[in-house]
Amino acid sequence: MTDLRTHLSRARGLGSAKSGLHHWWVQRITAVALIPLVVWFAVSLVMMSGADYATVRAWIGSPIVMVLLILTIVIGLHHAQLGMQEVVEDYVHSEGLKLASIIALKFIAVFFGLAASVAILRIGFGG
Amino acid sequence: MAEFALPANSKIGVGQTYKAAAGAKNIKTFKVYRWTPDDGKNPSVDTYEVDMDSCGPMILDALIKIKNEMDSSLTFRRSCREGVCGSCAMNIDGTNTLACTKYISEVKGDIKVYPLPHMPVVRDLVPDLNVPYAQLASIEPWLKSTTQPPTRERLQSPEERAKLDGLWECILCFCCSTSCPSYWWNGERYLGPAILLQAYRWIADSRDEAKGERLDQLEDPFRLYRCHTIMNCTKTCPKHLNPAKAIAEIKKLMVERAV
Repeated sequence: MTDLRTHLSRARGLGSAKSGLHHWWVQRITAVALIPLVVWFAVSLVMMSGADYATVRAWIGSPIVMVLLILTIVIGLHHAQLGMQEVVEDYVHSEGLKLASIIALKFIAVFFGLAASVAILRIGFGG
Repeated sequence: MAEFALPANSKIGVGQTYKAAAGAKNIKTFKVYRWTPDDGKNPSVDTYEVDMDSCGPMILDALIKIKNEMDSSLTFRRSCREGVCGSCAMNIDGTNTLACTKYISEVKGDIKVYPLPHMPVVRDLVPDLNVPYAQLASIEPWLKSTTQPPTRERLQSPEERAKLDGLWECILCFCCSTSCPSYWWNGERYLGPAILLQAYRWIADSRDEAKGERLDQLEDPFRLYRCHTIMNCTKTCPKHLNPAKAIAEIKKLMVERAV
């Protein structure tokens, strides 16, 4: 299609979306939250190296570990899908594919977040 | 989808070689990007052997010498030749800069000269900058005030004036915007570092009364938030300004007014 719009019309496009701060801000807050959570998670794994199945299961089932594990996974997935959305917006220029990719990313994040949470709760509450 | 290969019509071939006059002792080789819309051919890189004993010290001096003495068809923009007009912005030795303030002696080996990256080329080293110019117009880069104008100057304290330092010096050469990958991939929707620095220049101006509206116009996933702090802008700026910091200041104001 020949584009005969003026340069100013192209530059103004559809106007400002008047949003974007929320996405940026939440990405930063989740990043800050992940610093202690990921350190705690990594240190815990190292300290349990060589532990048997029952020990690890008991560890996961303790209330504070359940809370921290679910936080790490849910916040991590939220942060990941926000970041992946940025990548899609940067590189995918077909509107249909872009929309489908962003929706799929959100669905995947929610699915794995819920699945992991249920698994942890099931161990904790004895399923 | 993202394109990872150059389109067939932008594959760059080898062009002509222009030898220096016989007897020239101090020769520097320039490899210059050439393309004209007239002949339907792909771009090519021409080679010019320039006699440094009769050439000024700057890249622009060599380009003018080439145009005057070797190949008058070479096309480029230039005006002030002292780094204030921004016309001769181009990609020299892999970095966007001004041909007039870049020393030939700074470049080791052959000197590669290309137009600013990822812009449509009008001819040779002349990029089409109509979209960035229109983006500048879109941020309305002028003082906005609804208060009755005073009968004298609009007063500004020295501290308030100091906030514009590092912003007013921008000459709009677009070295920064055309060095920014985010601007390459989304050049029509992302405003780019040059325009965002200009936008911040007016947001930071104590005399301006339209800060909120300016921030409203910028708050957009593409206009502002395509900036991922890559910092190519600050690294390449031939005026040693810091567009990345200006963008960060805008993002901080967005948080400040919402949180």
